Amino acid sequence: MKTLSEVVVLIGRIDRVELHRWIELGWVAPARPAGRAEAEPAFSDFDIARVRLICDLRHDLAVEEETMPLVLSLLDQLYALRRQMKTLIGALRQQPDEVRRAIMDVLEASRRQGGALD
Amino acid sequence: MSDDLYQRLGVSRTASQDEIKKAYRKLAKELHPDLNPGKPDIEERFKGITAAYDILSDPERRGRYDRGEIDASGQERPEQRFYREYAEDPSAGRFYTQEGFADEESLHAFFSDLFGARAGREGRGGREGMRMRMRGADVSYTLPITFLEAAKGAKKRVMVGGEQSIDLTIPAGVRDRQTLRLKGQGMPGFEGGPPGDAYVEVHIQPHAFFERKDNDIHLELPVSLAEAVLGSRIQVPTIDGPVSMTVPKGSNTGATLRLRGKGIVDPGSGRRGDQYVHLKVVLPKKPDAELEKLVEQWAKTHAYDPRADMERR
Repeated sequence: MKTLSEVVVLIGRIDRVELHRWIELGWVAPARPAGRAEAEPAFSDFDIARVRLICDLRHDLAVEEETMPLVLSLLDQLYALRRQMKTLIGALRQQPDEVRRAIMDVLEASRRQGGALD
Repeated sequence: MSDDLYQRLGVSRTASQDEIKKAYRKLAKELHPDLNPGKPDIEERFKGITAAYDILSDPERRGRYDRGEIDASGQERPEQRFYREYAEDPSAGRFYTQEGFADEESLHAFFSDLFGARAGREGRGGREGMRMRMRGADVSYTLPITFLEAAKGAKKRVMVGGEQSIDLTIPAGVRDRQTLRLKGQGMPGFEGGPPGDAYVEVHIQPHAFFERKDNDIHLELPVSLAEAVLGSRIQVPTIDGPVSMTVPKGSNTGATLRLRGKGIVDPGSGRRGDQYVHLKVVLPKKPDAELEKLVEQWAKTHAYDPRADMERR
């Protein structure tokens, strides 16, 4: 866990004011100690990676502030789907060979028909 | 990946700082790993252009690179785990989520719907492991009820679907087209799931002489000439059975009398409305010679014009 000041130093291309604003806008949500809303937020590696991504989007890719919620929302949906896909694949992997083969057959048939499951 | 930083960004050695920035921006939009979670090898290319940009975007370091003082390889950003590595790890526990399935539990619900509904209805796919606990379906019916059942409330047993019967309590004061929800009276659940609910829309049939307006009942009551002229005590039907009421002397057609508290119970407040009795003077069905003579005599000295009001308008 890192403090806001540590994150500013670590990333090097963002200042405190801007990072505060991103928290206010809900773009990044570092944990705060329970029951203490005024407490210094604590950034996990996950949060820091997200701050980096927002830096890239905002500064390098020049995404406007008002467009950011749209971009982040789409990304969050994309990653939610990918997580679920992974969970689903994990569940399928535990099935007997026969079941997995049957699923692969359906996917293969769908691919040959140019179907959406490709 | 090219060792030449200018080639990596696709710009010439004489490109302006602005051109370098634009070139990087364009490539980064295309190659950013977090925007391309499905392409594992894109990360190397992105790191390559980012390293090139780090040097070329800084005029001082660009000069040192041009003079051969630093090379292309040694100046990459420190090893970094991209956002995508955290964001798509289902075991991470905490996520940034705005839409879609909130967590793995609802993914389970999504597939339960898909498999379970079919397993129950068509009896297919009922193999081990495919069984899902599912709530039964809701059903809806319409139910005709009498005016008095609606006004006073009633308990009814209704046959549905030929064999099943459901018991329902109609609350006093129910309104026409009101829908009653009967919890657990719908289709049975699958694999131990709870049953669905039944929704019953009541259709109130009109009554021969009672008429409902809000929580009041209106009734047109015929009275005889003698009862109207001389006054009388008469019996009036109400939803609770007949009650006596005094017709004052000289009551005309259209006179309205109120029976307080004989209307319909308001389901919200529990207060009862009133019954309004609209009198209607009715002559004997057959012409009567004696009455004719009497009125003829009377009219000679008591002429009046009941249409006077109409002519004035």
